Amino acid sequence: MSITILYFANLRETLGIERETVELPITVQTIGDLREWLCARGGNWNVLAGAQVRAALNQVLTMPDASIGADDEVAFFPPVTGG
Amino acid sequence: MSISVSIQTADFDVGAETAGLTGLDGVGAVASFVGVVRGTDVLAMTLEHYPGMTERALAEILQQAQQRWSLVAARVIHRVGRLLPGEHIVFVGVASSHRREAFEACEFIMDFLKTRAPFWKKEETSQGARWVEARQSDDAAAARWRP
Repeated sequence: MSITILYFANLRETLGIERETVELPITVQTIGDLREWLCARGGNWNVLAGAQVRAALNQVLTMPDASIGADDEVAFFPPVTGG
Repeated sequence: MSISVSIQTADFDVGAETAGLTGLDGVGAVASFVGVVRGTDVLAMTLEHYPGMTERALAEILQQAQQRWSLVAARVIHRVGRLLPGEHIVFVGVASSHRREAFEACEFIMDFLKTRAPFWKKEETSQGARWVEARQSDDAAAARWRP
């Protein structure tokens, strides 16, 4: 299945990408799986392993065990600092 | 209740926004908060956000405030883009019948905006640019509203 992934703030800068559409292997079922799969790209991608990294699934904050479905939008970002 | 959220690069007029809340039926109190770029050591600040999720997160925070207090209206304006010291960042205005609801809801909305709404600040200083780090005191401020 295919999903869209967005990256924000320091993650976007470190990775040099703000958005991508990827075809997931069958082994990637959850947000936690996706994070590991992306980290396995090597190099800077290990930044996603940081304890501070937050994830949103379809624009709602989510947890590592949340299941990903086809055409979902996943975002990774650091803790928010607005206001 | 009327809730409204605006994410914009343009500045806002605090007087006009407050006046828009005081004129509503049944309003006896309006509380507002204005966040401003602090000038100490910061030359400028750039605010980034997650379009779509931001509006959604803020609307949810306003709905939670409405469930908790009896409010007539609540409005949030948050600027994005590059801002200079002294410029407005955020406006929160709450209108209610009595002052207590307005004061409390305004503080609640800001505490949750700080910890739930997907905005990120990057500061430009004389030593270079840096992403602002989240503060634990902001998490603690939001946590105290838990029932």
